[in-house]
Amino acid sequence: MAMKIGDKPFKERVSDGINDAFMRGAVASAQGRFRSGRLNAAEELGNWEEWRKLGEEIRSHTIENLDYYLELLSENVIKRGGHVFFAKTAEEANEYITKVVKEKNGKKVVKSKSMVTEEINMNEALERAGCEVIESDLGEWILQVDDHDPPSHIVTPALHKNKEQIRDVFKEKLGYDKTEKPEELALFAREKLREEFLQADIGITGCNFAIAESGTISLVTNEGNARMVTTIPKTQITVMGMERIVPTWEEMEVLVSLLTRAAVGQKLTSYITALTGPRQEGEADGPEEFHLVIVDNGRSNILGTAFQSILHCIRCAACINVCPVYRHVGGHSYGSIYPGPVGAVLTPLLGGYDEYKELPYASTLCAACTEACPVKIPLHEHLLRHRQEIVEKEGKAPVFENLSMKAFSLGTASPAMYNIGSKLAPTALGFFSADDKISKGPGPLKNWTDIRDFPAPKKNRFRDLYKKRQKGGEE
Amino acid sequence: MMAAGQMHNRDSFLNDLAKSFGRERRRQVKKPEWTYRPQWDVLKGASQDELAEALKKQCSLIHTDVYETAASELGGLVKDLVQQYGGQSVVMWDDPRMDEFGLSSLPDELTKEQVAVHIWDSGKREENLSFSSTADIGITFSDAALAESGTVVLYNGKEKGRAVSLLPAIYFAIIPKSVIVPRMTQVAKQLHLKIEAGELVPSCVNFISGPSNSADIEMNLIVGVHGPVKAAYILVDDK
Repeated sequence: MAMKIGDKPFKERVSDGINDAFMRGAVASAQGRFRSGRLNAAEELGNWEEWRKLGEEIRSHTIENLDYYLELLSENVIKRGGHVFFAKTAEEANEYITKVVKEKNGKKVVKSKSMVTEEINMNEALERAGCEVIESDLGEWILQVDDHDPPSHIVTPALHKNKEQIRDVFKEKLGYDKTEKPEELALFAREKLREEFLQADIGITGCNFAIAESGTISLVTNEGNARMVTTIPKTQITVMGMERIVPTWEEMEVLVSLLTRAAVGQKLTSYITALTGPRQEGEADGPEEFHLVIVDNGRSNILGTAFQSILHCIRCAACINVCPVYRHVGGHSYGSIYPGPVGAVLTPLLGGYDEYKELPYASTLCAACTEACPVKIPLHEHLLRHRQEIVEKEGKAPVFENLSMKAFSLGTASPAMYNIGSKLAPTALGFFSADDKISKGPGPLKNWTDIRDFPAPKKNRFRDLYKKRQKGGEE
Repeated sequence: MMAAGQMHNRDSFLNDLAKSFGRERRRQVKKPEWTYRPQWDVLKGASQDELAEALKKQCSLIHTDVYETAASELGGLVKDLVQQYGGQSVVMWDDPRMDEFGLSSLPDELTKEQVAVHIWDSGKREENLSFSSTADIGITFSDAALAESGTVVLYNGKEKGRAVSLLPAIYFAIIPKSVIVPRMTQVAKQLHLKIEAGELVPSCVNFISGPSNSADIEMNLIVGVHGPVKAAYILVDDK
């Protein structure tokens, strides 16, 4: 499906999202659960800030020396009998993968979840070559069965669907005849997919962290499908974005801990699987052949620029889970498989401003994303930098007036949103306010302040005061 | 040692990265000492008993049953548990620890109770996979265990098939108390030191924390998706 999803213009996607009441409810409740999970996990550790700083330090060092660590990784993979293909473009990656599958006479491919294979549109390339490609992550499988509905979240891709909709999809497409209970739906998927795993010739996985020192790839999962994909088929192909790498097992361990805590609040997921090469001589299961495909596809253009730290991302979705804009417009509005703040930074870098110049404006710049990021990527600063570059390039902001009006109506639609937005507002609106009144407002406020004054955001927010009080502060 | 694999397009790819950085290719990099090491503070200085307690406590959060036994009672307990969990068929690793822990007669005893038993046979890929896929219970020892996250660590290999802990409906892990460490940090360090000493890491290392699960449908936790639907740990007082 490539990185781009849907053909509608940005504004239409946004209004589709805003009008989808179920989706908005689902996203809001999911955000709540994800957030409290992450906060509990952070609190339990006590020194979360130290963990984040360690994560940041590891990611900075690794990306800064990416050529060295990729060389080391590839050297160690081939030592263990695996093959390595460096793909500059999506086309090169797909060509190689298709060639391997054809050489093995592969007919049935089972996949575990991988964002980069979506990004390069691998499934379609394999299907064109006559293969059946089966997604095995429960969420991805649901979307695949529903005629390739696009994902709306990078951790739980079918977040926008409710259980009744899933039941109906299974019923219509696969003759499912049970209820909408999640357990029954999952059992059905287990039985259907078990047959596929046992018959598949080729297993394709993504990669959470490749370990340079031993040529190992690690997969962080809960369902066990990635283990199926790497235990049963005789050929395994792993596709990784070139930045998904760490120096040694010690850094893998730290980043996995950050990932599982930041993503879902788990200490570890049910399965962390670390695979080195194909199976060794005499082993009975695991693949006979292993191919690692390392994909650039525009990432190297980000190296050496002010946006480099976006490549530190470990795909936990914590920024998505706290984003007030994502909460209201949902994942599909971003028009990219990478939604939310990380998507709004990354997508224009990979796909270009021509197609994605609106995305950096899908943000209130409230910095909740930056605060949530387990490896301290300054996401909101990157969004602002994008806006500057777009204005410099285009001579004007493409969507600012329209979109900021929309953001403003979102921002005031609920007290929670207003609060989040208001965190930044005192700084942003400082220039326009006098005596706690705003009489000449910018952008969205202008229409209002032409007629009357708007109350200036308070410098001390109630929420902050309350928090301080809870902690036993003076005020 | 197996034949080396093939490398494609490496130099042009990495040269492009160096060009983006505006510098020469880096051929030698010394990994720095990280400024912070919070991972070493978790359960620091805990005794083996305290680690076992922490592990048990975590298991209650990850839908995993825990049983404890003295080494001398292990065989009897495993047999009872197979029946208690309704196991009609059981697959196990071909593991020297079976003898060490007095389990060498367990397969025969289970067979006597009409339980079908399969011991992993490295020469028989198809038999191993087809038996495991329909087996009720898979049993392995744990090569290490992580107290913080309730995790068993498996170094899979020739006699220790990956499928045993994956394909059956129920998974039993036997954990000698002596292998429990605070968290993943200690295991990662051990493996790192082995690699530095020139040893090979296993082709598959599994860190398993309870049964398989998913939250993909409306964020509801569903226990039991593709991997085992149930998991139980058997803690053995081996020291």
